[in-house]
Amino acid sequence: MHIGKDLVAASATPLVLAILAEEDSYGYAILKRVSELSDARLEWTDGMLYPLLHRLERLGYVEAAWRVPAQGRKRKYYRITAEGRATLEEQRHQWAVVSEALHGAWEGMRATVVPAGA
Amino acid sequence: MGHDLDAQIAEWASFVSSHRPIDGGDVDELEAHLRDQIGELVDAGLTPDEAFLVAVKRMGSINALSREFAREHSDRLWRQLVLGGGGSETEAATAGFWVMAAFAVVAAVVVRLPEAFGLDVVADGESFYARNLSLLVFPVLAGYLAWVRRLGRFGLGVLAAWFALGAVVVNLYPFEPGGSTEILAAIHLPVALWGAVGFAYVGGEWRSHTGRMDFVRFTGEWFIYYVLIALGGGVLVGLTIGVFGSVGVDVSEFVGGWVVPWGAAGALIVAAWLVEAKQGVIESMAPVLTSVFTPLFALMLVVSVVVAAFSGSGVDADREVLIIFDVLLVVVTGLLLYAISARDRDARRGPLDVIRLVLVAAAIALDLIGLGAMIVRISEFGFSPNKTAALGLNLILLVTLTWSGLRLLGFVRGRESLGPLERWQTVSLPVYAAWAATVVVGFPLVFSFT
Repeated sequence: MHIGKDLVAASATPLVLAILAEEDSYGYAILKRVSELSDARLEWTDGMLYPLLHRLERLGYVEAAWRVPAQGRKRKYYRITAEGRATLEEQRHQWAVVSEALHGAWEGMRATVVPAGA
Repeated sequence: MGHDLDAQIAEWASFVSSHRPIDGGDVDELEAHLRDQIGELVDAGLTPDEAFLVAVKRMGSINALSREFAREHSDRLWRQLVLGGGGSETEAATAGFWVMAAFAVVAAVVVRLPEAFGLDVVADGESFYARNLSLLVFPVLAGYLAWVRRLGRFGLGVLAAWFALGAVVVNLYPFEPGGSTEILAAIHLPVALWGAVGFAYVGGEWRSHTGRMDFVRFTGEWFIYYVLIALGGGVLVGLTIGVFGSVGVDVSEFVGGWVVPWGAAGALIVAAWLVEAKQGVIESMAPVLTSVFTPLFALMLVVSVVVAAFSGSGVDADREVLIIFDVLLVVVTGLLLYAISARDRDARRGPLDVIRLVLVAAAIALDLIGLGAMIVRISEFGFSPNKTAALGLNLILLVTLTWSGLRLLGFVRGRESLGPLERWQTVSLPVYAAWAATVVVGFPLVFSFT
């Protein structure tokens, strides 16, 4: 299934913030988590995650630091800030409203479409 | 992973880093990603070559990525703007050099133009240049930046109106000769006009926070370059006069009267060009300079506060003392502004941030001491132009410093990121220009040109 560019872009911020709210992470792992959460149906162009992360950092929603794990290579880890959590909470409410409205609309559609077909 | 693969990755990384909006740290980050991806694909059974191709493909088009980075990091955008994107860099840089040279010549010519037109600057006393120097050279600098940024017609109109208003006010207002409002206007005009330079620098997008932050960076770096050029120029001038003097030719009048003004005016443009064209050089120098001067200023301020508090007499509220106070506070605010703009965002909180906090706290204390003395003076002698200007400046600095201090405290304690502090700093910028404009335009009217 291909998901439209606009929808991917709109959902990117809350998705990344929510993943970082689980635990600190770095770019590659965040993308893996996105893929996991969406059963690989939500596909991003890998590189585009980084400008997004940098924007979130500038807005003060996340903080970044280079870390070198005992085993493995140097990676830039991102951590969500209090401000980021507040934004995430707000976006969650917004998405709930959108999702509820859509859900209502699907229900209404079924109610009218089904009798017409019957 | 094989040797071949490392070479391939290195080649890819160098290709990516040739895209100017993507800087060294970003390339490292992207490379780490690429290696993770390749590692996983190889584990899944692909050959390293195949894995490399798939990983690169998944990373997406580097051009598109570079555009995204440029949009996010507009502070790096100058590399595109000044040097031109992609391959024709040297060509574009050469063109940029000649444009800069042309503007520098214009600035040099303009600075002595009033005399060429027979304006008797001597009869007008020194006040002609005192009032008009910034009006002569800043439009050229703004024009150069407007050219570099390809400012639209509306933006150019704003600039023209801005400078025209300044010119009208300082030259047509019936100032009392040597009155305070004239001196105040002469001091504040460059600040108000520097706002116009900033407007040109950000390409008319004055609402953009990142744009304003870049302008702060530009201002600091421009200043550093200008001072460096001035030092070199001073040595050159001294040697020239000395060499000619040794053979019995006195060139000091020609050099002092013509060469120095030409050089000083032209250097304004050259410094602006250097900031952009040689960004890498100063980028590594600026943090060093601020780390050297922040502790020194912090120490000096703390000592001043202690001395002021324990000297008993408080501040003598002498006019000179209050002026020094104001100058000091302006310098500290500027240092803080520049230090924040030059701070590496990825760096952890460190002792330097604590020292900055001390600096701000001491500055606030000093500001309050000065403010107290000023209020005493005003209640005793009433409002004069000088005192009102000093009071206004003090109040503005008090507000900006206090709020900056609170944000800095939040940052040092790990409660906030650097974002709110940066935003506050950029919010306060137009206030400075607006206050300077008020002093230039409004004060003479209010205090009836005395």
